[in-house]
Amino acid sequence: MVTYLDHAATTPMLPEAVEAMTAELRELGNPSSLHAVGRRARRVVEESREIIAEAFDARPSEVVFTSGGTEADNLAVKGVFWARRAAAPARTRVLVSAVEHHAVLDAAHWLAGQEGARVDWIPVDGAGRVRPEALREALGSGDDVALASVMWANNEVGTVQPVPELAAVARERGVPLHTDAVQAAGTLPVAFATSGAQALTVTGHKLGGPIGVGALLLAKPKEPVFLDPVPLLHGGGQERDVRSGTLDAPAIAGFAAAVQVTAARRDSEARRLAELRDRLVEAVRAAVPDAILNGDPVDRLPGNAHFSFPGCEGDALLMLLDARGIACSTGSACSAGVSQPSHVLTAMGSAADLARGSLRFTLGHTSTEADVKALADALPAAVERARRASS
Amino acid sequence: MSGRRRAARTLEGIMTLRVLAAMSGGVDSAVAAARAAEAGHDVTGVHMALSSNPKSYRTGARGCCTLEDSRDARRAADVIGIPFYVWDLAERFHEDVVEDFVSEYAAGRTPNPCLRCNEKIKFAALLDRAMALGFDAVCTGHYARLAGGVLRRAVDQGKDQSYVLAVCTPEQLAHSLFPLGDTTKADIRLEAERRGLRVADKPDSHDICFIADGDTRGFLAERLGSARGPIVDTDGNEVGEHDGAYAYTIGQRKGLRLGTPAPDGRPRYVLDISPVTNTVTVGPREALDVREITGERPVWLSEPRAGAFECRVQLRAHGEVHAATAEQDGDVLRVRLAAPARGVAPGQAAVLYEGDRVLASATIAAAARVPA
Repeated sequence: MVTYLDHAATTPMLPEAVEAMTAELRELGNPSSLHAVGRRARRVVEESREIIAEAFDARPSEVVFTSGGTEADNLAVKGVFWARRAAAPARTRVLVSAVEHHAVLDAAHWLAGQEGARVDWIPVDGAGRVRPEALREALGSGDDVALASVMWANNEVGTVQPVPELAAVARERGVPLHTDAVQAAGTLPVAFATSGAQALTVTGHKLGGPIGVGALLLAKPKEPVFLDPVPLLHGGGQERDVRSGTLDAPAIAGFAAAVQVTAARRDSEARRLAELRDRLVEAVRAAVPDAILNGDPVDRLPGNAHFSFPGCEGDALLMLLDARGIACSTGSACSAGVSQPSHVLTAMGSAADLARGSLRFTLGHTSTEADVKALADALPAAVERARRASS
Repeated sequence: MSGRRRAARTLEGIMTLRVLAAMSGGVDSAVAAARAAEAGHDVTGVHMALSSNPKSYRTGARGCCTLEDSRDARRAADVIGIPFYVWDLAERFHEDVVEDFVSEYAAGRTPNPCLRCNEKIKFAALLDRAMALGFDAVCTGHYARLAGGVLRRAVDQGKDQSYVLAVCTPEQLAHSLFPLGDTTKADIRLEAERRGLRVADKPDSHDICFIADGDTRGFLAERLGSARGPIVDTDGNEVGEHDGAYAYTIGQRKGLRLGTPAPDGRPRYVLDISPVTNTVTVGPREALDVREITGERPVWLSEPRAGAFECRVQLRAHGEVHAATAEQDGDVLRVRLAAPARGVAPGQAAVLYEGDRVLASATIAAAARVPA
């Protein structure tokens, strides 16, 4: 029996999504073909597009399917940078919050290294939140800014950003805002039209859909602020010429089915998860009184609990819990599996050793009270042992 | 690792141990882990990340700790069916092995980093952490036999690594497993293939893992800078110049670039390195002959012997063995060789054997030459 507390990494596919995807896997057709077989597949894709658009308060034409969140983030950051700089060469700055996912951070970093972009980090407060004033300050006149990117909710500590306020600030300066809503899309009312963002990333597998499919919601081009991104992938001209590649009808059907189910029960599920999460937080605090809850205590993803355990190494804790059948995450980036102190916690002002001693527990649609209990049972011994190992 | 199993205090007679298998990504440690698992132990694989900035790929047989090695280790663990983690020991490795390597050279000695890594990392930092986390033992792919606290040479004499393990204390060895000692390397490769371990034909690693290009002199020069000094003969005549005494090893013949030929025209060897005066002394081959060795920090892997005793001594990794008489004298081990040996470098280990059994080891501090 595995206690799965890593839903932010990926969450089980919903039965409806499995059903929709497998049904379509049995079917034939390239959605771009002109004949009847192609039209049938096209219909599946377009119906899926409509479902996704409706769930996120977007128009169907604003949905650009991608291979997932990373591609959507790269397309937004690089593609919009290229397009906006081509229109006005002075626009060489990219503003990204210091707590972005690596799909945004590294794309921006790549632009700095390869394209002469200047990347400015928008600082966050101790809870990991970008204040509108901080964005305003980073923007300056905005004339030299290609785009700003601030995530909807943080994947590590779960802090929710004030995206509509930030988008309003960016709009004052005529700068488009991209927001990575990968973590938020399953449990928060992510509404593209009212958010004010011009680009928004979602992905299938964080909300019960398949891995390998996602979308970038892209507002209609509106000069001079917003232009369609320059594509990363050139080819058949699918997805309004922004993202070439044969449309993956089965994955898209599974994605849409998951979005539909998730959207229908979003509020009640969010409440259920938040209650369960609060019990998890209580249980962790009871088991380890000096554990520190990171991120905003209130304004956070309903399924997210992220702790620092003073005197522990997160790696050791993860291994000990894994041995007890509990799956969680250190929440930090890996190279060769070696965890570095999280850039998110570092940006929030956490000391490196505390950052190293952190674990993320994330709940999802299959989580129950039994998961919380299993963690509460296993945690004290694991923490004690991990402390001994790092002393 | 299972939380239900009780930690054992000693390894003898315990059927199921919680074993941490150090997995480098090579064939030996993969088979060692597989054998430990097959023996019924509760095995967890751990790859030690020893470089904070790992290279993506191996270059030839040199180096380790690349991302590719880490992936190979992970795949081997998958095939064996054991949990696998990467532990970051880069900081400890840098301090205890890399910096020690550099400062030993700076002090005119010739360190053996593999030996230091066993002493300070594998059977210290790694073992300590493993024990604290509830493991009973560390398992490695070293070729040596260990049973009942007795460390012996491997069956495969050509691969024997008892020399680099002899620096471990009895306490460290009491929590170690070397499952490969009874098998030849050729058979280990066959076994790896039979077990479906794709690392079966991966080349053996050689040289110093943290000097990927094999250029030890360049590595040292980068860290110690150049410090020009004289090369002198045994009479004190200057016969050449060097860019840093640290770049030389006792017994070295090549790369001396001496301006003045020897009067007798015979090749000359490094006899002595003096970091204090930054002088390298060269001379004829016979002058390298050593009869007596003083070893510091002796470690006994057998009952310490009182008085002088006959034994065999090995003075470098894969070096020949010499008949000797040894005696512990206070804090040091004095070893008298039956016949002179050449190229004995301070900083290396002197390991005493009785037959194939390791009796003791000590770090060579000084070697007394045979009077000319």
